[in-house]
Amino acid sequence: MSLISCHDLTVRLGGSVILSHVSLSINEGEIVTIVGPNGSGKSTLLKTLLGAVTPAKGRVETADGLRVGYVPQKLHIDPTLPLPVLRFLGLPKPVARDAAMAALERTGVAALAGRQAADLSGGQMQRVLLARAILNAPQLLVLDEPTQGLDQPGSADFYRLIEDLRAELGCAVLMVSHELHVVMAASDRVICLNGHVCCEGAPAHVATAPEYRALFGTGTGGALALYRHEHNHSHDHDHDHAHEAAE
Amino acid sequence: MLDSFLTRAALAGVGVAVAAAPLGCFVVWRRMAYFGDATAHAAILGVALALSFQVPIFLGALIVALAMASLVTSLSGRNVAVDTLLGVMSHSALAVGIVAVSFLENVRIDLMAFLFGDILAVNRMDLLVIWGGAAVVVGLLSWRWSALLTATLNEDLARASGIDPQREKLILTVTLALVVAVSIKVVGVLLIAAMLIVPPAAARVFARSPEQMAVLAGLIGAASALGGLAASWQFDTPTGPTIVSVAAAAFVVCTVIGLVRQVTARG
Repeated sequence: MSLISCHDLTVRLGGSVILSHVSLSINEGEIVTIVGPNGSGKSTLLKTLLGAVTPAKGRVETADGLRVGYVPQKLHIDPTLPLPVLRFLGLPKPVARDAAMAALERTGVAALAGRQAADLSGGQMQRVLLARAILNAPQLLVLDEPTQGLDQPGSADFYRLIEDLRAELGCAVLMVSHELHVVMAASDRVICLNGHVCCEGAPAHVATAPEYRALFGTGTGGALALYRHEHNHSHDHDHDHAHEAAE
Repeated sequence: MLDSFLTRAALAGVGVAVAAAPLGCFVVWRRMAYFGDATAHAAILGVALALSFQVPIFLGALIVALAMASLVTSLSGRNVAVDTLLGVMSHSALAVGIVAVSFLENVRIDLMAFLFGDILAVNRMDLLVIWGGAAVVVGLLSWRWSALLTATLNEDLARASGIDPQREKLILTVTLALVVAVSIKVVGVLLIAAMLIVPPAAARVFARSPEQMAVLAGLIGAASALGGLAASWQFDTPTGPTIVSVAAAAFVVCTVIGLVRQVTARG
């Protein structure tokens, strides 16, 4: 069953068309990654799915009572705001201390519970945000460029953690990224976006799609090769690949 | 007890401090200092209008402050050079307001009283308005506290939690206009923004949580109001500016204590 889907979405921001004719759906338990160059509308698509942006055309359908855990791209906390990590987890809804500690433990940052959120490093903050996102036992985790600013081992660790969490919680994961090879290795399905859906499917499939190569070149082929051999099953794939010239 | 003008002044000062503290925290956290300034300055125009239409000054100030705060809020959502625009609006509102007041021929008013406050002339009705306004402000902010905090941290995070950041902004807009309207008599339009910002800035040094900061700011603000009142009585200085001066002194003392603590913690 699909948790969230959109149909023929067109989004305009400030007069220009950011997204056109975007349709996708996220099923229970799968990890879907949206890749695309800067300005391809990745974040806008996430915001539209979350209801923060109203589409000019098309609609977003959400399963009844869907519990979403959201990790924003980055969270800048003004240093004038004193906010201990535990208190942050209790925003906006208060949570039991045990539950908050368990979530922090799970994302490996229990030691930071008493620290001020404004003092955390980027990587620590991401893990705290992830802990906050899993507090309400989400059916869908949404992450917007979750590893921006992390070094390569740091982001690899982070994606491993997300895969583990998916296995434990049984939740679906929808994320946006531009770190192609790391992300693609961790995804069940990749959607390549550039104002419209260029191509989508299993990582190995997308990596060899001409539309993807046109956007990203073949530079990531080597990193993918390692990965592809584990997943070289045939993949039923019936959507068309009509590729519109870049507008 | 309310027969003494000093008691009434003290109660008025504490009332304003109580209303300004929690809102002032949001003004500081959201970096809306100029926003407070513009709204407060616009209130002088409201005073002029209220006098010429013979409606209560509180009402005139409230309406114009509300209009200005809404205008500024709607602008801050867009990609305009807010900083410059706010500066233009803030100072224009003040200038136009003062000019408008000077046109009022048949009313003899003391302009200084509206610019710097006239806390010693507070009557029972004023006290009712101040404490009534403070109760509404504190009530609204406590009711929306968690949602406001979440929206202050990150709008997308708030939306994903089912909070409408625009609605929370509206709460801040309304409470800001209320605080401005009730503070005119106490500190005057020029120094309202100071009452919003200085006590929370001083409280930040010691606060470990948002709630602590709001409560501490209230205590510092109230102490400044009482201290300022006493000092202005003692030295025969204008009361509103003296209250703000005491708050500023409290800020300096708190900041120095904070710096010393930081150094000793390191050493």
